[in-house]
Amino acid sequence: MSLRRQTYREALREALAEALRSDDRVFLMGEDVGRYGGCFAVSLGLLEEFGPDRVRDTPLSESAFVGAGIGAALGGLRPIVEIMTVNFSLLALDQILNNAATLSHMSGGQLAVPLVIRMTTGAGRQLAAQHSHSLEGWYAHIPGLRVVAPATVADARGMLAPALASPDPVLLFEHAGLYASEGETNGAAVGLDGAVVRRPGTDVSLVTYGGMLPTTAAAAERLDTEGISAEVVDLRSLRPLDADTVLGSVRRTHRLVVVDEGWRSGSLSAEVAARVAEQAFYDLDAPPERVCSAEAPVPYAAHLERAARPAVEDVVAAAHRTTG
Amino acid sequence: MTTAPETTPDPLPDAEELPEDARVGPLRAMARIRRFEERCVELYSAERIRGFMHLCIGEEAVAVGLMGALADEDAVVSTYREHGHALARGLPMTSVLAEMFGRVTGCSRGRGGSMHLFDAGRRFYGGNAIVGGGLPVAVGLALADAMRGRSAVTACLFGDGAVAEGEFHECLNLAALWHLPVIFCCENNRYAMGTALEREHAQTDLALRAAAYGMPAWPVDGMDVEAVALAAERAAAIVRAGAGPCFLELRTYRFRAHSMYDSDRYRERAEVTRWKERDPVDLLRERLVAEGRLDDERWTRLVAQVDEEIEDAVLAAEAAPIEPVEDLERFVYSEPS
Repeated sequence: MSLRRQTYREALREALAEALRSDDRVFLMGEDVGRYGGCFAVSLGLLEEFGPDRVRDTPLSESAFVGAGIGAALGGLRPIVEIMTVNFSLLALDQILNNAATLSHMSGGQLAVPLVIRMTTGAGRQLAAQHSHSLEGWYAHIPGLRVVAPATVADARGMLAPALASPDPVLLFEHAGLYASEGETNGAAVGLDGAVVRRPGTDVSLVTYGGMLPTTAAAAERLDTEGISAEVVDLRSLRPLDADTVLGSVRRTHRLVVVDEGWRSGSLSAEVAARVAEQAFYDLDAPPERVCSAEAPVPYAAHLERAARPAVEDVVAAAHRTTG
Repeated sequence: MTTAPETTPDPLPDAEELPEDARVGPLRAMARIRRFEERCVELYSAERIRGFMHLCIGEEAVAVGLMGALADEDAVVSTYREHGHALARGLPMTSVLAEMFGRVTGCSRGRGGSMHLFDAGRRFYGGNAIVGGGLPVAVGLALADAMRGRSAVTACLFGDGAVAEGEFHECLNLAALWHLPVIFCCENNRYAMGTALEREHAQTDLALRAAAYGMPAWPVDGMDVEAVALAAERAAAIVRAGAGPCFLELRTYRFRAHSMYDSDRYRERAEVTRWKERDPVDLLRERLVAEGRLDDERWTRLVAQVDEEIEDAVLAAEAAPIEPVEDLERFVYSEPS
């Protein structure tokens, strides 16, 4: 397929349509995915093409429809379950942790749960504390799950097919701030376990994922104008974590800044920093830095929300601290 | 020390001579579960079985009556009190007991124990130990069967305690809304651990509550295996015909405490005694004796056969290997087949 320019939302929609078209075991279910077209308009038009059996509107029963996705996967289907936001996914946490992530191991390998759960994450649209959090790091804590965070249009387009091909449950986090972003894709599949260097550099490694990639890339641009060559690493997969790519980058630059929209304490950024400290301590020329969200529920007021999230200048300042 | 099976002389040379009355089958199945669990108590006291263990003694009619109404292609989702469900579904006693011994020959390789018995080949989807947690999975299994045009039904077992969970209401609504082939089987033993039915529910008529979701729902004498079987066959026929889900409130009672850790302080002895007067094993046995279908000799022989199977399972579990520690992280993710 040739390179085409589209939005992140269109890329997700095209990936869904392709999956529904190519495998009759695939179906999409969730709140308002059908007639409404998805609360972020990702699934707009899919009901018309694939019908109400395969683009299934559900009641507001997160635990029931996520668990039904697990059961349907056990029963031989390839469900894609959409949860409106990660905050709402907490209503289904029992199903995700105690069933989806656990059944294979607890049954001695008899059962597999080939389920894909898509959900929105992140702040930036003044939706306040119950629609804006970044809890993907919690899910990345759980053995048995695969957790991915497409940050680009190409990843949004290319991660669904491998996720559906996986025999294990895959959680796909879509940052709300990315839906309207534009980029190029040739439609190719994107593997689920590999981090990628988005921008090569020599002086400091900026490690990030998902919705923080644009912020981090902008920080790298600004650092460049200041004579600091920043390498940007996009984790893409939060579980498993591609430590090799991160360590390789740090061994080249000798400095680490982790940019994570989650809260700092007990976060994914802590995991990345710990791995680097454990495995590349003597390659570091400066203590690792972390840029995370303020340790408060995300507030409504625009200036407070802005202050709560990692900003370009925060990343630049952290990079400066490592380069002295 | 029990004699090894290969040297045991057959104590019942004429066991196969007379065909067993069809109505004795459920009695045998219930006695098998009862004797198995009584043996499990001894094994637990001897610390051969550890962890949480929940017995269904007193509730055997539910397991046997229900499983007898299901076909091989049907699915079962159960709870942590599932020894009886598993045995009645056809899981080999050897694999169930080996599981409780934590052996690799167990039906879950020793990873699940008493609360998490699995057998994918028999469509027995576990022992779920989160109250209410199995209901969504059952709805999904039924959804898959419906979407693939298969005629299978899913039997979903849970207790009266689960009716207080949000998942119960979400799932009955969803299954009814989508006309899914689920038999919701509420094993109402009147206690959610130590909390009595009337202390946990504003409306204790559980069938009435299920009926509010627009499905056939009715109470059943859960101590009478023949009544359970009739109800289950009727429910399976309704569900299999595509009419959507059914709800059975199987009114029963556990004679033992909630688990081996429970000192059973929350109910009157007299209540337990009263329920024991309707012991499901005795109820059917006395009925069959009164009808001339069973005599003392055949009953004694039946129990001896069951006991022999149990002792064989104990020996096999004792002798079975454990899973190598190197395999601890196997199956966290699927292995290429």
